[in-house]
Amino acid sequence: MISRRDFLQAAMATTALYGASGFGNWSKLAAQQALTQDDLLSFDTFGNVSLIHITDIHAQLVPIYFREPSVNIGVGDNRGAVPHLTGGDFRKLYGIEDSSPSHYALSSGDFQALAGAYGRMGGLDRVATVVNSIRADRPDAILLDGGDTWHGSYTCYHSQGQDMVNAMNALKPDAMTFHWEFTLGSERVQELVEGLPFAALGQNIFDAEWDEPAELFKPYKFFERGGVKVAVIGQAFPYMPIANPRWMFPEYSFGIRDENMQAMVDEVRAQGAECVVVLSHNGFDVDKKMASVVTGIDVILSGHTHDALPEPVLIGETIIVASGSNGKFVSRVDLDIQNGRMMGFRHKLIPIFSDVITPDPDMAALIQAERAPHADKLSEVIGQTDSVLYRRGNFNGSWDDLICDALISEREAEIALSPGVRWGPSLVPGDITREDIWNVTSMSYGEAYRTEMTGEFLKVVLEDVADNIFNPDPYYQQGGDMVRTGGLGYTIDVTKPQGERISNLTLLKTGELIDPSKSYVVAGWASVNEGTEGPQIWDVVENHIRKLGTVSVSENNSVTVVNG
Amino acid sequence: MTFTRRETLAIGLGGVAALALPMQAAAMVDDKIAAFTGGADVGEGGLTLTAPEIAENGNTVPVEVSAPGAVSILLLAAGNPNPDVCTFNFGPLAGAQAASTRIRLARTQEVVAVAKMADGSFVRAAQEVKVTIGGCGG
Repeated sequence: MISRRDFLQAAMATTALYGASGFGNWSKLAAQQALTQDDLLSFDTFGNVSLIHITDIHAQLVPIYFREPSVNIGVGDNRGAVPHLTGGDFRKLYGIEDSSPSHYALSSGDFQALAGAYGRMGGLDRVATVVNSIRADRPDAILLDGGDTWHGSYTCYHSQGQDMVNAMNALKPDAMTFHWEFTLGSERVQELVEGLPFAALGQNIFDAEWDEPAELFKPYKFFERGGVKVAVIGQAFPYMPIANPRWMFPEYSFGIRDENMQAMVDEVRAQGAECVVVLSHNGFDVDKKMASVVTGIDVILSGHTHDALPEPVLIGETIIVASGSNGKFVSRVDLDIQNGRMMGFRHKLIPIFSDVITPDPDMAALIQAERAPHADKLSEVIGQTDSVLYRRGNFNGSWDDLICDALISEREAEIALSPGVRWGPSLVPGDITREDIWNVTSMSYGEAYRTEMTGEFLKVVLEDVADNIFNPDPYYQQGGDMVRTGGLGYTIDVTKPQGERISNLTLLKTGELIDPSKSYVVAGWASVNEGTEGPQIWDVVENHIRKLGTVSVSENNSVTVVNG
Repeated sequence: MTFTRRETLAIGLGGVAALALPMQAAAMVDDKIAAFTGGADVGEGGLTLTAPEIAENGNTVPVEVSAPGAVSILLLAAGNPNPDVCTFNFGPLAGAQAASTRIRLARTQEVVAVAKMADGSFVRAAQEVKVTIGGCGG
């Protein structure tokens, strides 16, 4: 294994990943090129426009561990296509060496060992250094935030997003779009958006009552950069009122609205846009489909599904860039725009190795100031873990196994359900602090309910969620993963239609099949229903870990996947 | 405790009860269309049906139909216990042959529109609208 010290040099030589410079079969070009530190901090500037993309930070101001998924099944036309390749298959596709920094940053496998060598990723102070270095090359680079920024940590929850707004304002983005921000409630969203010194975009954010564009959000914004008129169109998460509690933002309606997207593209082109960029929170497969339906988009900066891809994916004449999550990556995309056409591009997915990139002192001080009032609460050690705790994966993750155990134990339930969200950093064996627990549970509707459900209804729930992930048409997918189950096993055939995917529902404590007509005691959290009652999930998990002292999560074999 | 038991069971039963309907409902839709067209052939094109892929609220789903040159448009919710929604009739003074409304959908189903054009021909458009319990986002 590489030592930390060697890494400081070795990582610089290999971590920055180059895409191609121009259309062509770049997948055959080497995805990685040997780089020096100078190369990392000074991209070989190309063309006349630079975009900087960061997305799905989920309020992670300081460096974290984040294990990428080992199970991410694609269905329909996306079976076996990126981003649905994981681990060794992913590395093989991109020519990434095992145990290399890129292996650690981009794919699963050997996580614990590599985390020991390569350390934490992200940190907004490191991101600031990267953004500043890009601006040193190209002062008028356009910085775009793909949303899911004002959600996901202790400090974000307690400041209702203010810590993230303050930090991002210091980073000076040019525009932003939205998803979890809306779970702050529409009043708070309005207050924060009205104070933003940059554009709040979403062509698909509509007034629910009148079904016309919402006044607070503009569909697009023009930027004149390098003599080029660039239009950035926003696309918020389409399924907010379904995936998140509608009652928290009843004034708004969303949807994909690709006809309106086409109308906006046509409108900005008619107004002289030479380059059209979509800042999207659709999720990768939805963006791929949208790129095939809507014409005239040059670049889609894709967020929501947390995929990090070292090369853009080309659909027609549109490139789609996926920039990961939790502050782990920043994408830089340089474009050569001539006579209203994108003639070529150069792309680099920059992994934020926190031990390699020097923190920007101003941002570091700002983050410190936001965290200082909460320092004691954040750092309190609640227990220890023997196991890697992670979330990502289609069916389960060890963090969610622990959360389900906590629900069953603390809420005296037979079965636990935990939402299949993709945010939440990982932990390596060692201390679990309060901050760590909040990083995987914090939300504005975290009440842990306890209720009874019939076996029949449990199946309906699982079928419904499964169709939101495995419907072969991406427009019917909401992103996210399967609801996690504790105390309940099942078999899933991902290729079947809705209503036929789930079978062999089993109550694990007895090994008996679930009886459709019998009622079971179920505990869960993150219900989208208004008025949900129960203790907050972070308190449930904290109490459970305190009682255990040291957490060991064994391998979870409760879900059998067919045709995966 | 919310996610109240009553609500929960109501949704659950709705979802299951609906499973018994499709065959019967499909036949009803065919009958309704045959009654509208008088059994004439139904083509495609020239009729735009706009509806969400996934309903934000199954109780009030915005649906829009537009067919330049149509004299009337029949709208059906194929999976509802009673598929009738409405028929829009456009007189000679109508500025545009388009209309929008909100409909209630009992479950995931196809919304179907059939337009009668001025020359007496018929065209059809349909879209699946998913009605889901919700929860869990990325």
